[in-house]
Amino acid sequence: MRQPLSDPIMTSTEAATTGATAARASQARAAARRPRTGGARKKAELTLFIGPAFILYAAFAIAPIVLAFYYSVYDWDGITPLTHYIGLANFRRAFHDPVFLESVRHNFYIVFLTVLVQIPIALGIASLLNAKLRGRAALRTIFFAPYVLSEVITAVIWQLILQPDALADKVLQSVGLGSLVQGWLSDPKVALWTLFVVASWKYIGFGIILLLAGLQGVPAELTEAAEVDGASRWKVFRHIKLPLLGPTLRILAFLSIIGSLQLFDLVYILTGGGPINSTSTMVVYLTDHGFHRFQFGYGSAIAVILFLISFVFSLAYQRFVLRRDTEGALTSAAR
Amino acid sequence: MATRSGSTASSNGRRLSALSLIAASATLLSACGGSSGSTAATASSAGTSSAATSAAAPATSAAAGTSSAAAASSAPATSAAATSAATGGKPVTLTWWHNSTADPGKSYFQGVADAYTKAHPNVTIKILPIQNEQLDTKLALGLESGNPPSIIQSNGGGKLAAYVKAGKIQDLTAATSSWISSIGATGSGWQVGGKVYGIPFSSGVVGFWYNKDQFTKAGITTPPATWADLITDVGKLKTAGETPIAIGAKDKWPTAFYWDYLAIRECSKSILDTAIATMKITDPCWTKAGTDLQQLIAAKPFQTGFLGTPAQTGAGSSAGLVANDKAAMELMGHWDPGVFSGLTSNKKFEDNIGWFPFPNVDGAPGVPGAALGGGDGFSCTAKAPPECADFLKFLMSKDNQTQLGSIGFGLPTVAGAEVGLKDPNLITLLKFRNSAPLVQNYLDTTFGVNVGNALNDAVVGLLAGTVKPDGIAKAVADAAASQ
Repeated sequence: MRQPLSDPIMTSTEAATTGATAARASQARAAARRPRTGGARKKAELTLFIGPAFILYAAFAIAPIVLAFYYSVYDWDGITPLTHYIGLANFRRAFHDPVFLESVRHNFYIVFLTVLVQIPIALGIASLLNAKLRGRAALRTIFFAPYVLSEVITAVIWQLILQPDALADKVLQSVGLGSLVQGWLSDPKVALWTLFVVASWKYIGFGIILLLAGLQGVPAELTEAAEVDGASRWKVFRHIKLPLLGPTLRILAFLSIIGSLQLFDLVYILTGGGPINSTSTMVVYLTDHGFHRFQFGYGSAIAVILFLISFVFSLAYQRFVLRRDTEGALTSAAR
Repeated sequence: MATRSGSTASSNGRRLSALSLIAASATLLSACGGSSGSTAATASSAGTSSAATSAAAPATSAAAGTSSAAAASSAPATSAAATSAATGGKPVTLTWWHNSTADPGKSYFQGVADAYTKAHPNVTIKILPIQNEQLDTKLALGLESGNPPSIIQSNGGGKLAAYVKAGKIQDLTAATSSWISSIGATGSGWQVGGKVYGIPFSSGVVGFWYNKDQFTKAGITTPPATWADLITDVGKLKTAGETPIAIGAKDKWPTAFYWDYLAIRECSKSILDTAIATMKITDPCWTKAGTDLQQLIAAKPFQTGFLGTPAQTGAGSSAGLVANDKAAMELMGHWDPGVFSGLTSNKKFEDNIGWFPFPNVDGAPGVPGAALGGGDGFSCTAKAPPECADFLKFLMSKDNQTQLGSIGFGLPTVAGAEVGLKDPNLITLLKFRNSAPLVQNYLDTTFGVNVGNALNDAVVGLLAGTVKPDGIAKAVADAAASQ
């Protein structure tokens, strides 16, 4: 049971890190090997295999992005024809709306908390689960299980747990911590932190599994050699395991940050962005204004802002943080 | 390495099969989308049989309905639509989007549709019940699509007016002229510029649903008649250890009921009309509504954590709290008994629930006894076939309307159909509605989605203490300026 659990994950980590470059490399390799013969066949193969995915990607990713840019410069209610061009007024309005700015701030709180709290906890649990202990497979499954649940189910369950006088409060009271009871979802000062806890519960399993896969990739010879040399467990972790986990950690941070910027489902169901916008995120704000208030032009402008934030961040992250990892992958693939 | 390449191959295989699945479902979708697809017919008939077996009531209405439809088509005032439908013309499919995802409404509508298609075999009715909170979004997208639904749920007001302005809704003035008088003044909320764009099948008013036992326990013998009485009674209930009022502030719209009602108490009819026409609420009476509400808020009548409480989902919702004896009352629309019964296992609970109208405010200049309400109606979309109007006529027949009341699903709008009502609370409520000098449509509906949502947000802010009474006018003005 242990192998199947970690193996596919390993593949997916690798796929994530090397991704596009590997594809490019294999294309180049193929072209070099067969310059003339089978060129048409190759083309047909490429069309057959890439075509459908490309069509889906273009229709459901590229086209909506382009359309959002287009709609974002119109005052459009989604029903009447697209005639009222207003330039950048939607963007100006967004940057002057305190509720939107608050939503952006909430997203960044979640981003920082995820990187500074959630990932270290995931790393700690992954290290524990990497040790030889009884029932390890069962424990791993337990930690990973919340990630498998759909967001909607998670949110509904937690909504029931977090109602006043419901499970969360009862548990606290029964262990004598009744004074800690809060309006988990109803107190504007508390609700955002509650959401972060629920989101962590939901997504931490993903980080744990990624890091566990990374830890298993650390060759036993290295740690054994270090132990023979008298390195403490902390030193083994700090100077051997942690550096070797670098690529995994960087990719995990990347995925977590993008996920936090786009946080929606849990918030929407648990609080709807309330009370009084205290948990609103960019996508919740977008939904509220775009769909509920029929301001599709304005909603598109918010989508564009979110896209640009994510896009610029991704490029910068690839350029400055992931470069080492991808370059390494490129050389090994070209070999 | 071997394992990895192996797994890559298998994942390719999976991707291919996933693609073929997508392709297959796309074919299915397009088949369903076609107006005369045979798949669509089978799908709807499958739904039909299950509904017919599950509910005995619709079966009786089927017989009654058929006869009334036959009578209608033989009458001299038959519309063109009715003739073409009765002559059994070419196959027609009506798609029908409504928000009754649960019984009794769901079976009731299915039963009406079955009765209609029985009398008009050429008509197929495809029903899609959509959860209420999703409906607006789905409608906006559905009406934009190349294949819009034919019959849509419509609550009138600004939202309907926006659709009308966009040319998405059919003018039913001519098609309904022979029978529109049967629904009297309730139809006015579905008219735009004097033309009929929809028909309310149920129309009610907002009022307080209360727990009789808890009121008795707190020593309240008669429900409060004035705003000051209500606040006094809140105090009595608190002394008795009860939660006086449950409110679903997470969903925002329930909070607006308080402010809306106080506004129609504080503002005269002419001020209301001007405000609705101009979307400006500048008169001091609007601020007064906010300060009135603050008096209630100051008495702390609401349940713990009310800002996070949903209105209708789960036993912890505001309706659930009332249904399960955890709160003494809630200000809610006429549909509340139906919501209560879904949220409690206590069968005797219905006998313990009473209803009283929103109290008057002493000395306030608004129309005394005015009601805040609204209804549920249906509109035909611009490209819907003429059978749509004919179906609405059938839906609004006195028999179908009487049944609507008798199964406890709604408050019939057709005169004479109220005889079907059994619930004494609904009878009280209907009496109040019929005697009200003014039935103002919910202000968020009246102002349209954009301003309406901003209004609801601002009222929640008032409850949370972050918005001042005069801030509501500003929120409305800002939102109105943004469209």
